[in-house]
Amino acid sequence: MNAPLLVAENLTRFYGGHVGCRDVSFMLDAGEVLAIVGESGSGKTTLLNLLSGRLAPDTGRVLYAMRDGETRDLLSLSEAERRHLARTDWGFVHQDAREGLRMNVSAGGNIGERLMGIGDRHYGNIRETARGWLARVEIDEQRLDDRPTTFSGGMRQRLQIARNLVTAPRLVFMDEPTGGLDVSVQARLLDLIRSLVADLGLAVVLVTHDLAVARLLSHRIMVMKSGTVIESGLTDRVLDDPQAPYTQLLVSSVLAA
Amino acid sequence: MTHAATRQAYNFAYLDEQTKRMIRRAILKAIAIPGYQVPFASREMPMPYGWGTGGVQVTASILGAKDVLKVIDQGADDTTNAVSIRQFFEKTAGVATTTETTKATVIQTRHRIPETALQAHQVLVYQVPIPEPLRFLEPRETETRKMHALAEYGLMHVKLYEDIARHGHIATTYSYPVLVAGRYVMDPSPTPKFDNPKMDDCAALQLFGAGREKRIYAIPPHTRVVSLDFDDHPFEVTRFHQPCALCGANGSYLDEVVMDDCGTRMFVCSDTDYCETRQAEGHRGIMNQEAAE
Repeated sequence: MNAPLLVAENLTRFYGGHVGCRDVSFMLDAGEVLAIVGESGSGKTTLLNLLSGRLAPDTGRVLYAMRDGETRDLLSLSEAERRHLARTDWGFVHQDAREGLRMNVSAGGNIGERLMGIGDRHYGNIRETARGWLARVEIDEQRLDDRPTTFSGGMRQRLQIARNLVTAPRLVFMDEPTGGLDVSVQARLLDLIRSLVADLGLAVVLVTHDLAVARLLSHRIMVMKSGTVIESGLTDRVLDDPQAPYTQLLVSSVLAA
Repeated sequence: MTHAATRQAYNFAYLDEQTKRMIRRAILKAIAIPGYQVPFASREMPMPYGWGTGGVQVTASILGAKDVLKVIDQGADDTTNAVSIRQFFEKTAGVATTTETTKATVIQTRHRIPETALQAHQVLVYQVPIPEPLRFLEPRETETRKMHALAEYGLMHVKLYEDIARHGHIATTYSYPVLVAGRYVMDPSPTPKFDNPKMDDCAALQLFGAGREKRIYAIPPHTRVVSLDFDDHPFEVTRFHQPCALCGANGSYLDEVVMDDCGTRMFVCSDTDYCETRQAEGHRGIMNQEAAE
């Protein structure tokens, strides 16, 4: 049995006297998709930032199994190591693609940035890789030299995913990847994410308030309220048979189409 | 206070001694860490930003009474910027000035490196408008500093990638980024990339001053300076298809001069001293054949 990819131990973060998230622990195996659901302000994004090293926890720690097999505490990594990890072995898909993309750089440059960041110096190879990824995320290859400012919201989100996956990361953090997209675009994007995750064996920590997205993508689910995890388990179990009163409320408040 | 001192309107070379010490400390640090941008408390100078306030402050701080100063603007000794800065130091420091590259000990420049190879006893001072090579890709200063600190320079290649994607070749012809001593990526100020190879292993000390941005950086003598490129799109120096019309030089950087409104143009050396020296030695280009005879 391999060691888990990511381990969170008693993560707590306060914003002054206000709780960001409290005492969160879980394990994530390679290739596993974990959804964190809850209403706005429940601490989902705080948790995601703690896990991805963007925010330091007040107490607790995050362990990650590095590519060389060694498990390390994220806080013990130097900033250079952490940034390198975030650029190669991790991905981060923002809700707003403008945060994750360089809007004044062509699609090819956006996809190629990580490759150049790890020392790729062959223009032709970078371009071919970028072209390949554009096709994989279902964007017309003709758009390779166009800037993301000319892309639709759904295309931007797909470009952001391609840009993150080009270095073959093992773990991707997603913060409301389908937020702000209309339903049909959302469905296509979910299909794409699901097939990429399956093909590449990605582990994903997915933050969403949309239970349908969680149902479609995730294996396991964690429900958060006021900074604490109130229920967790297999996605189907939690959504079909919610135990905590708040989860029951959440599940019953989904509008059926 | 002596009578002479009260009559003196300015301290030697305009800046007060405390300011010069502060700038010299920044220069020493810059030399110790080649290519690293050292912040300094840039002063108001009696000229507008963009006219070389950074270069002037560096020059004022390193100038001694026995120095011989040359100032060039786009390679020329006789343009407004060059003339006014030369006069400024004639007036405030009383130093000897020259237009001959070989006779100068301090050369302040905007946009060019002289064609004549520099010597160990010379210092080249650049006027720099925007010292940060990553600026147009990453607007946050906190982020660019971190990128320099961690040597994360992938973004610099994104810029070159964009060039090739858009123009089919690396279209950056000036401010062409260089890697200094294998560590810091540096903007060589808006010198044409034609001059980049001259920075490499140069015998003279090269100092860069950015007045508005308050940064000083340096390349110590005989430092490795490499222009960034791709394996399949290597760095290339600008080439000209014809020799200088006045002196017939082949390997120098040429300015295009429009002669009339019918499309006539001539190409002449941008380095006026180099061109005049060659003409004095009897070299002639196509435009002044008759004059020679």
